[in-house]
Formats: sequence, structure tokens, C-alpha cells
Amino acid sequence: MDVIYIMWLRQLKKYFRSKSRIVGSLGQPLLFLLAFGFGFGAVFKKAGAGNYMQFLAPGIIIMSVLFTAIFSGIDVIWDRQFGFLKETMVAPVSRFQIMLGKTLGGATVASIQGVIVFVLTLIVGFRPHDLILLPLGAIVVFLVAILFTSLGIALASTMEDMQGFQLIMNFLVMPIFFLSGALFPLEGLPKVMDIIAMLDPLSYGVDGLRFSFIGSEAAFGMTTDMVVLFLLAAALLGLGSMLFERIQV
Amino acid sequence: MSYNTDHGNVITVSGLVKKFGDFTAVDNISFEVKKAEIFAFLGPNGAGKSTTIKMLTTLLHPTQGTVTLNGHDTTSDRNGVRKSIGIVFQDPSLDDDLTAMENMEFHATCYKIPHNTRKSRIEEMLRFVELWDKRDELVKTFSGGMKRRLEIARGLLHHPAILFLDEPTLGLDPQTRNHMWSYVKDINEKEGMTVFFTTHYMEEADRVADRIAVMDHGRTIATGTPSELKAKTGAESLEDAFLTLTGHKIREEEASGVDRMRMMGRVWGGRRR
Repeated sequence: MDVIYIMWLRQLKKYFRSKSRIVGSLGQPLLFLLAFGFGFGAVFKKAGAGNYMQFLAPGIIIMSVLFTAIFSGIDVIWDRQFGFLKETMVAPVSRFQIMLGKTLGGATVASIQGVIVFVLTLIVGFRPHDLILLPLGAIVVFLVAILFTSLGIALASTMEDMQGFQLIMNFLVMPIFFLSGALFPLEGLPKVMDIIAMLDPLSYGVDGLRFSFIGSEAAFGMTTDMVVLFLLAAALLGLGSMLFERIQV
Repeated sequence: MSYNTDHGNVITVSGLVKKFGDFTAVDNISFEVKKAEIFAFLGPNGAGKSTTIKMLTTLLHPTQGTVTLNGHDTTSDRNGVRKSIGIVFQDPSLDDDLTAMENMEFHATCYKIPHNTRKSRIEEMLRFVELWDKRDELVKTFSGGMKRRLEIARGLLHHPAILFLDEPTLGLDPQTRNHMWSYVKDINEKEGMTVFFTTHYMEEADRVADRIAVMDHGRTIATGTPSELKAKTGAESLEDAFLTLTGHKIREEEASGVDRMRMMGRVWGGRRR
């Protein structure tokens, strides 16, 4: 228990100490909110789909959670490069505890990032529809954070160095984001896009958060969203710890 | 304490083999280290020293053979082994973004040092390596020598039966090197802690080691006290004895993925340094 806590604490301390990283990571969501939110707002309204900023904000919150979570997980590679991983690997504690602490820490950091971006969306004009449903949104965010931190750790555990990083960004993280319905409604899409969106775990996070925040009808249904997210988070946590146990330094 | 050592040997390596595909990095080596001994493990680059140390410290599984440390088998009882050893790695293994104190607390938690003695033990060790005044500073502000001292304090924190030092004095000035050995020898004498170390500085091995094993091409080619090795080869100095044993040819090592990445990190200016 102590080990899980100290790993978690370490992630948080490192996050709050890198002020420039926090500020830097707000640039992208802000740009998306301004460029897309205001840029497409008029067209969206003309198409009779309502207020685009309202639609977009949950998507952007989830986006920042996705990026922060994946990076927190991939951090394992930096721990390996700077040697700290060895210190944990020779310690008389189970690797599962280390991985779990790291995942919870990364997920907490990603969730905090989500909250910060949420505040940002409020500033640019987003208004949540029903305050009672906000805690539900928090659960969605935390599940998404666990899911992708675990994925990051799983990926990092199979990588020797940062060579594959661009590959992961361009062929995994970006598609996961762009095809999830974070930016557009998942209705009336070509069949292929429809199937891809259904296979994209992030779609369920976006859908769930949108339901909790703006009361839109959930494309998959709130129960489906929660169940899918929970099962995937559990599965990836398992996969992550399995691959993490196999790391040799 | 004799129940967990066999015939006074705190490290027993027998028939140890490690193969990576077709390549045999460690080829059937056996040796023993006695309790409270300072044991130097020497060899040219690529001789298989690092691979051996990794197997001794549970970081790698042997292909064949067994290693017993402080009465625990390194494959079947890894946690027993891990509790018995302290390690100072060749490369730094501190968290640069944490303070000296936080690095020590992290270690204390992992090794389950009881809460009531934790604070005083950390203070004792930090004072011992003269870093107590710097305890709340981030490790990234430390010099190479300070980092090394902190790693030694950390490695000793949980009273290990065996301390592993992998090229501990690499890149340190003579002052720091001397200090470091005085700390280590102090604990070695006071607590009967066994020390297992590698180095490329032969005069250092000559000065501090009780016994030496020389490894080359995956095999141990000589074991004995420094004077035995010198007598055996008819050499004046340990350096000459070493060269007689291992030849004058320069060894090349393949850069590992991690090495390549470190290079890349340096080229990019590094994220944390």
C-alpha cells in the first residue's frame, strides 16, 4: 500500500513542479477551442446542430485527458533513460504495485489536467447543462485517464527508447482523438467511419462526458459508455502490468 | 547470522551461464565471496561483468546455473535477495525532479524501513555522506560527485548485507573517490557488510580489495588476492597483471538502445538535465 502511495505521490510532485509543462499543455486545448469552437460555430449553427462550443468543450476536455494520460504512462521510458527505473526494479516490492501506483498517479494528473481545461472552457463560454451530472462526468474522465495511462505504460514497456514515439503519436494517439467524435457528431457518418468510431475507446469517453455535461442524447447510451470504459480500463491495466513485469533493465 | 550463509560465503555463484540468442555473454562461471569481504570484479569492456552483476542483482534471469546471495536464491527468492542488497549503479538512478530527502524517503518506503526509525536513519546516512544541509534541494542541482554520494547513502539506508558498486568512482575526482571509499570501508568494518565492486582503475582495486576475480570473454580467468594475482603473473603492479591476463587488445562494445537514446537526449538538450 505504501509503495502504491509513494509512486502516486511522486507523479503528482513531478507534475506540480513542472509549471512550464502545465502551462504549455494548455496551449493546444485553448487553440482547439478558439479555432474550432469559433471557426466552425457559425456553420454548425446554420446546419441546425446548435451551439458548437457547447458540443466541442467536452471533446476538448477528453482530448487533454487523453494526451496527459498517454504521456504520463510513456514516462516509463524516461525513467528508464534516467536510470530511476532500476531503483524501483531492484526494490523488494512487487512490480504490480509499482505499476499500479504509477497508473493511479498518471491518471490523477490527467484528471487534474481535465479539470484545468474544464475551467478554460468555462472562460471561453461553455456552460454545463446540469450541475448534478458533473460527478458522473468526473467518473468518465477518471476512467478515460486510467485507460490511457495504462496504455501508455503498456506501450512504453515494450519500447527500448524514444524511437517509436512518433509512430505512436501519429498512428495511434492522433487517430484515437480525431476519429472519436470529439470534434464532430457521430451521426450520418459513412459506414466505415461509423465502425472505426465504435472501435475507438475514446468515443465512449467523449460520448459519456458529453451526456454528463450538456445532456445530449448519448450515441451509445450512458450505461454502455460506462461499462465499455470500465472493462477497457481494467483490461489495459492488466495488460500494462503484464508488460511492465517483463521489462528488463 | 550463520544460518543464512553457507560456509561463511555470502555470495555463491555456480555454473552461471547467460546467452543472448547465439551469443554467450557469461560462460559457466563460478566463484564465492566471503562475508565482510571487499571483492573486486574486474575485466575489460564486454567481458560480461555487467551481465553478471545484473544476474546477481535479480535484474536478469540466468540461462543456467545458480546464484545464492545471503542464503537466498536469485531466481526463486528474488525479494529475499533484494532485501539483502544495496546497489550503486554505474549510471545515476536517482529521480532528478525530487529532492535528496524525497529520494531517500522513496527508498525507505520500498524497503519497508519502519516509520519510527526512518527519519533518524535517513538523517544519519545523509550526514554520513555530508549532504544533510542539501536535503531539500532538487537532485538535478547536484554535481556528479554529490549524486554519487547520495546514491551511496541510499544504497546503505536499509543496512544491506551486500553492497554492489558498479564502477562507483567513474568520473569522480580523487577527493570524492577517497571520501567514497572511506564511507564504504567504514560500514564494511563496523557492520560486516560485504562489498562487491567493479572498476577500471587497477590501483583502486589493488588498494581496497581483499580479493579479486578477473573476467574475460565470459569466463573468470583468475581469482585471488591482489598479491596472489601479481605473483601468478610475475607483474609489478595489478595493472600489469591485468594486462598480462587479458591481453592488450582494445575491446569494442556495441551501443545498446539505451545508450543510443542517451545520445539522442544529449543532442536534443535533454528534458531533465
